Amino acid sequence: MAVDKNMNVLIVDDYNTMLRIVKNLLKQLGFNNVDEATDGSAALEKVKAKHYGLVISDWNMEPMTGLDLLKSIRTSGESYENVPFIMVTAESKTENVIAAKKAGVNNYIVKPFNAETLRTKMMSVIGEF
Amino acid sequence: MSHAYEKDEVLQIINSVIEKVGKEGDISKDVIYHQLMELQKIIEDTRSGIGLSGAADITGTHIPVATDELDAVIAATAEATGGIMDACEVIEARAAEIGGAAGAEIAAQVTRIYEACSFQDITGQRISKVVNALKNIEIKVGALLDVMARKIPGLAAAAASGAAVSHSAVDGDVGLLNGPQLPGGGISQEEIDKLLDSFD
Repeated sequence: MAVDKNMNVLIVDDYNTMLRIVKNLLKQLGFNNVDEATDGSAALEKVKAKHYGLVISDWNMEPMTGLDLLKSIRTSGESYENVPFIMVTAESKTENVIAAKKAGVNNYIVKPFNAETLRTKMMSVIGEF
Repeated sequence: MSHAYEKDEVLQIINSVIEKVGKEGDISKDVIYHQLMELQKIIEDTRSGIGLSGAADITGTHIPVATDELDAVIAATAEATGGIMDACEVIEARAAEIGGAAGAEIAAQVTRIYEACSFQDITGQRISKVVNALKNIEIKVGALLDVMARKIPGLAAAAASGAAVSHSAVDGDVGLLNGPQLPGGGISQEEIDKLLDSFD
């Protein structure tokens, strides 16, 4: 089944620069319906209010981290609990990756990353495009 | 110049005094007196040394200045990165208008710039960690100074005079080397021009 590039994508990062980078890379990949949030709690509100086909989130944010956001989504019991979730973070320790996987992350990208990495990880999660 | 005392030297004097006082028979008051005087000198020199080192400056000046400078680095790189990305977005739009192989090549190079711009996020996180470490050191040094001020009467005054000495040491032209100024810490080019014109 082909990926609908009109799907809503939510990107979450407390650095405005990263939000712009990811948004521009997504635009290059043909994904133009991109919303932004600057921490986990703001992202959770958006997820509750709107259907997203993909969430791409940083980990290290305050007050709610990306991992807490992921856990809240996965344990919500709501319609959005299985939304595809990619963690994009500078946290590159093994225990971080394990914790994210246990919480239900679909893929994990370590910063700094390139456009090709983002594309391949997205395809592994939502399918070929 | 104060003499650097070894911990063993202090202990030897204390043990010697204790030994002499503990012994039966006559105690030479002169010997005890001289040894106590020696101890007093060590304590005074230590107190003076702490003052001259400007220990209070660590929490009062050095660490706050360092953290402000690092915060300014984050702000400046964020602003610069924003400017680079503004330009990239314009170039990308023009590349789409050009189209063809040339347009695609330009777009590919713009993508490389986007990727490179993520340095700001990484360096920002690293600098934030350094700032937090410095703030922790500041808290611990402050707590240490508080304890020492309570245990050593007069230390606060000595530290204050030490700070005065360390400040006077950077007077003159060397004291002018404080740039680059933090936002609001200096004057604008326009204000500089006006100032220079005022001398004519």
